[in-house]
Amino acid sequence: ISSNALSVSTETVICFLSFDQAEQFFRSGHTNNWAVLVCTSRFWFNYRHVANTLSVYRSVKRLGIPDSHIVLMLADDMACNPRNPKPATVFSHKNMELNVYGDDVEVDYRSYEVTVENFLRVLTGRIPPSTPRSKRLLSDDRSNILIYMTGHGGNGFLKFQDSEEITNIELADAFEQMWQKRRYNELLFIIDTCQGASMYERFYSPNIMALASSQVGEDSLSHQPDPAIGVHLMDRYTFYVLEFLEEINPASQTNMNDLFQVCPKSLCVSTPGHRTDLFQRDPKNVLITDFFGSVRKVEITTETINLQQGSEIMESSYKEDQMDEELMEPLKYAEQLPVAQIIHQKPKLKDWHPPGGFILGLWALIIMVFFKTYGIKHMKFIF
Amino acid sequence: MAAAMPLALLVLLLLGRKGWCLAEPPRDSLREELVITPLPSGDVAATFQFRTRWDSELQREGVSHYRLFPKALGQLISKYSLRELHLSFTQGFWRTRYWGPPFLQAPSGAELWVWFQDTVTDVDKSWKELSNVLSGIFCASLNFIDSTNTVTPTASFKPLGLANDTDHYFLRYAVLPREVVCTENLTPWKKLLPCSSKAGLSVLLKADRLFHTSYHSQAVHIRPVCRNARCTSISWELRQTLSVVFDAFITGQGKKDWSLFRMFSRTLTEPCPLASESRVYVDITNYNQDNETLEVNPPPTTTYQDVILGTRKIYAIYDLLDTAMINNSRNLNIQLKWKRPPENGYIHYQPAQDRLQPHLLEMLIQLPANSVTKVSIQFERALLKWTEYTPDPNHGFYVSPSVLSALVPSVVAAKPVDWEESPLFNSLFPVSDGSNYFVRLYTEPLLVNLPTPDFSMPYNVICLTCTVVAVCYGSFYNLLTRTFHIEEPRTGGLAKRLANLIRRARGVPPL
Repeated sequence: ISSNALSVSTETVICFLSFDQAEQFFRSGHTNNWAVLVCTSRFWFNYRHVANTLSVYRSVKRLGIPDSHIVLMLADDMACNPRNPKPATVFSHKNMELNVYGDDVEVDYRSYEVTVENFLRVLTGRIPPSTPRSKRLLSDDRSNILIYMTGHGGNGFLKFQDSEEITNIELADAFEQMWQKRRYNELLFIIDTCQGASMYERFYSPNIMALASSQVGEDSLSHQPDPAIGVHLMDRYTFYVLEFLEEINPASQTNMNDLFQVCPKSLCVSTPGHRTDLFQRDPKNVLITDFFGSVRKVEITTETINLQQGSEIMESSYKEDQMDEELMEPLKYAEQLPVAQIIHQKPKLKDWHPPGGFILGLWALIIMVFFKTYGIKHMKFIF
Repeated sequence: MAAAMPLALLVLLLLGRKGWCLAEPPRDSLREELVITPLPSGDVAATFQFRTRWDSELQREGVSHYRLFPKALGQLISKYSLRELHLSFTQGFWRTRYWGPPFLQAPSGAELWVWFQDTVTDVDKSWKELSNVLSGIFCASLNFIDSTNTVTPTASFKPLGLANDTDHYFLRYAVLPREVVCTENLTPWKKLLPCSSKAGLSVLLKADRLFHTSYHSQAVHIRPVCRNARCTSISWELRQTLSVVFDAFITGQGKKDWSLFRMFSRTLTEPCPLASESRVYVDITNYNQDNETLEVNPPPTTTYQDVILGTRKIYAIYDLLDTAMINNSRNLNIQLKWKRPPENGYIHYQPAQDRLQPHLLEMLIQLPANSVTKVSIQFERALLKWTEYTPDPNHGFYVSPSVLSALVPSVVAAKPVDWEESPLFNSLFPVSDGSNYFVRLYTEPLLVNLPTPDFSMPYNVICLTCTVVAVCYGSFYNLLTRTFHIEEPRTGGLAKRLANLIRRARGVPPL
């Protein structure tokens, strides 16, 4: 109880801002960061797509975005897959150097939940009301959103779990919906698939910057296989992006131009592309941490606020709780298998429903046809 | 003055807390325990149970002060008017035949069954919302629970907690067998524990060891229990259980030595300061006989005996709250060692190489008395080359008999044999001492039916093909290479016809 009181007082100290400091706080663009990371491939041989997504997840968490602001969608489970020789791990470097799965991972959409419909619903915010908070993208007009997608794709589409596709037009329309509903301040879209540049060709909403691992007509290639696990561990583009991000810390001033240079054709074999015409700021003024990190602006002052002693309030509420009703007769536990009672219980009759409109109509039709054919004189034999 | 005031504040609160300790007992308590059971097959089962008991009426609105009981679950109970909730995630299957009966088994995948309070009006709506909320808390696809996989059992799944009447209308049960359990389900489960994974028994819960097992089951059980012996008021009990079975060959590398470090790659360092009881129980029932002794290190100071699941069992208790337990070494690593090596002393196996050498399997086994031992070997049937078949392949192929050479204890001790004096039938096998006798037995030969091809088929195929070729090709050849003449119809008697036949046969033009 004492620790609660002390922590409340320190929070009040930090949140106390003066007026012009508050103005400066809001001038710099975005106030919160979100990330939507999607892996669309199923099956064990697509291990590298899950490893791609998890390495971006790891970087984004390391740079400050909390789990509550990350929507992670993994279409298949590689870590606890029976074919994984090291359960609960997903490696990105061969010889098992780096476990990107970690101990503290929160997968929001997994397995069969990763569908085009769910992805678009997350982006546009049109989710059924009973969706839990961790599965929602609760962004506002001051949010910078990072969207990373990986999987198998082609010219103008991205394949979801081998059963459906999302086209670049659908994606562009979804982003336009997000813009109309003011669900983002700036959006960074990264895609690592074959012919990835085709996915950002159709964007038409402002403030979107896009990167892709290969141009139209090119394939994105995988990096290196691990003989112990038996599959390719990462794709080349994301592998070099991960290496680049490992050197970023929350205070670094690296800008987007450096990210565009990651993975030249000599390393990646495909030509990574980018699109900045919809983006209002110059890429060299955009920090990597604007999208990958969550740098919160905090103003610390030395003024203090004295709190009233809340101990009497807590004491009285405790005494109230103590006055639970003491029941008159003792309670007992239920019998787990009351054989006699079960044998003699009657099954509940199913509720009787009156015949539906269709059946009534059908019978009316049959009777009408009969009387029309044979005349009304037969009625007296029926009634 | 300003500095003195905060100090006074601090002092008052500390005093206040001590005062409250005397005035009223703690409202919630945590007990944690770990049970280690060596299984008959050589594997080891570890069952964690964390039980938080909260003496409070959650039905009342305005409860906002949560201490040990997690707030996420407390709010669930009050919002959806739950009476009981049981949710489990399991990977694998409990092999009762090899491992014995389980404490608490759960089906593969995810299982959720809930008893609602009888104040709930729309049970199905609450059930749907509850499964959605739980899917967010535990990072699982529980939102796939709907009317197509939900049932209302009428006789089983009676409430495990306090219940005055059981109208099964308020019970819902669903199973998702396809649900995968992985670290993302373990992490929120660990976060519900008061000490998280920082102190006490929960430091052993590391995902990379817990999922490398033959069986992994984690569950959350919430139910109302009696607060005291008179049972006049209700407490809420939250039990979090986790059962794993470590495989002897994958984790233990074939040896039957177990220790906490080998199982979890961690040892216990300190008890959870919020726990009122923190214990490790080790099952030492079966292993006190003279033949093979299981040694437990460090030696236990107390034991617990009871009838569990129908049999009498003895458990060694290690109490982490006992200061003498961890004091000297700062960590507790419980080790189980076998004193005698296992019985199978010698196995020699030489696999076959096609058309070079046969299989050879030799084993030295010590058979316990009054028992039946079965030795079986699996084989596959293959197709031979067509020249390797005997003329009567449908009879089958013979596998040579197995040989059993045994040293059998004698009922009556015999004296050593003098070769020249004794009759011939007694001096076949030399014996060193009279306490047992040597015998060599043979089994029947095995007749194996291999897949036999139909050897007459090639002949049939050749005949058929040649006929077809002859008819088709022959007709075409004749049409293309012969010229046709019109022949006058000849009249003539029988003699003339016969003569023409003979002339044609000779190659002479006819009459």
